[in-house]
Amino acid sequence: MKPLSEQELSEIVVNAKTPLNIVGGGTWQARNNAEQLYTSGLSGVSLYEPEALTLVAKAGTPLVEIEDLLAKNGQCLPFEPNNLAALQGVKAIPTIGGVVATNASGPRRISAGACRDSLIGVRFVDGNGVVIKNGGRVMKNVTGYDLVKLMSGSFGTLGVLTEVSFKLLPAAQASATVLVFEDEKTCAATMAAALGSPFDVSGAAHIDGITAVRVAGLAGSVEYRAAALASLLDGKIGKFNWQALRDVQAFADQKGDVWRFSVKPSEGPELAAGLRRLGASKIMFDWAGGLLWVLAPTGLDLRKAEYQGHAMLIRGHALPVFQPQPAPVAALEKALRAKFDPKNILNADRMT
Amino acid sequence: MQMPVANAEIIARKAEIVARLRSVLPIDAVIDDPVATKVYECDALSAYRCPPLAVVLPASTIQTAAVLKACHEMGVPVVPRGSGTSLAGGAMPTADSVVLGVARLDQVLETDYENRFIRVQSGRTNLSVTGAVETNGFFYAPDPSSQLACAIAGNIAMNSGGAHCLKYGVTTNNLLGVTMVTMAGEIIELGGAYLGSAGYDLLGLICGSEGQLGVVTEATLRILAKPEGARPVLIGFDSNEVAGACVSDIIRAGVLPVAIEFMDRPVIRAVENFVNAGYPDVKALLIIEVEGSETEIDEQLGKIVKIAKRHNPVELRESGSEAESANIWKGRKAAFGAMGQINDYMCLDGTIPVSQLPVVLRRITELSDEYGLDVGNVFHAGDGNMHPLILYDANKSGDLEKCEAMGAEILKLCVEVGGCLTGEHGVGIEKRDLMYEQFNRDDLEIQMMVKDVFDPKWLLNSAKVFPLTASEARRG
Repeated sequence: MKPLSEQELSEIVVNAKTPLNIVGGGTWQARNNAEQLYTSGLSGVSLYEPEALTLVAKAGTPLVEIEDLLAKNGQCLPFEPNNLAALQGVKAIPTIGGVVATNASGPRRISAGACRDSLIGVRFVDGNGVVIKNGGRVMKNVTGYDLVKLMSGSFGTLGVLTEVSFKLLPAAQASATVLVFEDEKTCAATMAAALGSPFDVSGAAHIDGITAVRVAGLAGSVEYRAAALASLLDGKIGKFNWQALRDVQAFADQKGDVWRFSVKPSEGPELAAGLRRLGASKIMFDWAGGLLWVLAPTGLDLRKAEYQGHAMLIRGHALPVFQPQPAPVAALEKALRAKFDPKNILNADRMT
Repeated sequence: MQMPVANAEIIARKAEIVARLRSVLPIDAVIDDPVATKVYECDALSAYRCPPLAVVLPASTIQTAAVLKACHEMGVPVVPRGSGTSLAGGAMPTADSVVLGVARLDQVLETDYENRFIRVQSGRTNLSVTGAVETNGFFYAPDPSSQLACAIAGNIAMNSGGAHCLKYGVTTNNLLGVTMVTMAGEIIELGGAYLGSAGYDLLGLICGSEGQLGVVTEATLRILAKPEGARPVLIGFDSNEVAGACVSDIIRAGVLPVAIEFMDRPVIRAVENFVNAGYPDVKALLIIEVEGSETEIDEQLGKIVKIAKRHNPVELRESGSEAESANIWKGRKAAFGAMGQINDYMCLDGTIPVSQLPVVLRRITELSDEYGLDVGNVFHAGDGNMHPLILYDANKSGDLEKCEAMGAEILKLCVEVGGCLTGEHGVGIEKRDLMYEQFNRDDLEIQMMVKDVFDPKWLLNSAKVFPLTASEARRG
């Protein structure tokens, strides 16, 4: 089914008696054969005010369309959304609604926040078919409960997004990366030193013996900060493929499951060692050591490692995708879901 | 302002309720003397007052859980209170309620510079969070004007902003985790010293829920390394429109200052009379601040000044020293006080799309003439968060009502042009009955369903946020 308006979508949900799988670009394949509900009929930028740093778009709008429009105006989505289609082994064109539903956020998250931090408004159709709006198109808004945050990262289980609004940032006029060649054991300390400096770091990662620290902004400022960081970290200015890291390209053509761990940055290297002992084969660090992308043999349960934080199975079929929550939190989540989707028809196999 | 009729049956049980509270808390943590409870009768929206039944001051999460469980079992409403600086009546009690103050929860629990967070008890004041980390070169970014007094608990409840949120975001963007107690007395942990959540973003939902979903007792906050320096520039224009256009051009040019503050003539004059900041007598004044090293500041200010000059400013003053910077900020920081010296005032908090600035300012001037009440405008121009200050005389019969009516018209205007009722102060009781201007029944119903999940009996701060008619059936 492919509704062409919010109203049509609402009618579909009202009349639905069996589960629906919501499909944006199709990056995240469902594990069941429920009927597909495509959002691609709800597409287009509804409002763009560069001087107010705001953009409103229909949920089915391809991400690339938005990024092109913003680039032409020297602006960008602050959270550097990733594209995991290649990693997932699918030919998908990510939509902005899918970005929001999965809270897809790249390396810049450590300075500019996640998708949920830039998202300022949503419209959605809940599981009763009711059209709901929350937030709006202004960047400061505390009017009523913040369902905007709740919808971001809820994987379509609370409602079908129809329109989303963002605050934007000026695109960086220049950027530079400082490289430090070191073992992964010491990388978290290096990245902590970078983030603990006044030099406004917008990316900090470690892959295969290279720690990379990025600064971005006005040209003169970037030159100054990169030199200062190179001196502070005893590194040198060099090249690093941030987009490849963002999209986890290194694991795309590798066999096995792909996991994402979010932990306290200083605990990243120790967790990595534990994961390797369990059998993980490759590990990359983003978010100053707080995010681990992990390649592991199919079906190996890496949640057996010791860590404080959370782990998500990004690619793989044998194990639960989402980490179970502690009982009191799980009870609240279940009750919320039952309110938003009492028929339990929206992406029923997600977030369980 | 209407408040729900207090439950006489609960008031009649006061002795029994207080005894039960004393059984779960230290002796000095329960206040029931009518003189002493009067201290808690209002917050910074002081036009409205009502002493509570009793006040409790727990000193730990365990005590908070015990007292909430007791109130839940007895069916007694609870009003959480940070430091009582809410401008929206968020902490205003009802006569049948127990005020739960977090003032004794003021400890720093953990500082971690390597992972850039601090964990504090929620009664700690905003400024003292920065105070705890600044010798190590760090700060906590959200900086509401009340930061000397306001508590982190209240910041989280209202999702407080501040002058520097154009760059650093508001409370929700700087909050990593909380320990929260539900109305039933259950302790839950949300988030932590890592990014994101395994499930729904309940942390984001709690932040800004005005103390209606739970009482936050501990918070993990993101701290940031202090920039090397900061410097403001002051630019005066002979019209609001030109000042607004200048703000738009700066943002379009790809420069992102940490703050863009706007003052109009009534505020500029009031400030000059009050603190002699040396402001020029112009129609509109911008204070724009940028951060970084000396060379970075020069680069950014160079661009800003170039843009400003295209708009023929009447005055352009770049700070050349710490003292000059302080002087430029002095007037802005004294603005509310300066207006308060002239008369009583009501401070609005609507946000508008920046593009609508000239239209809205013009309409506010017209409303000021129609109602015969003076208005000054001082606000965060970069993010469109307006703070019109409407002057009135509290001792003059009918003046407050007139002021509220005019305030309501301005807020409706904010919504009409694509904005919202409140950008950083919260709904509280003040804007509760205007909620239908921004939301329809379905939009509000689903929000109330969220409260049903966290607080099924609607005992926690229930007279706030939602129009009383909308929440009536649930409040019982």
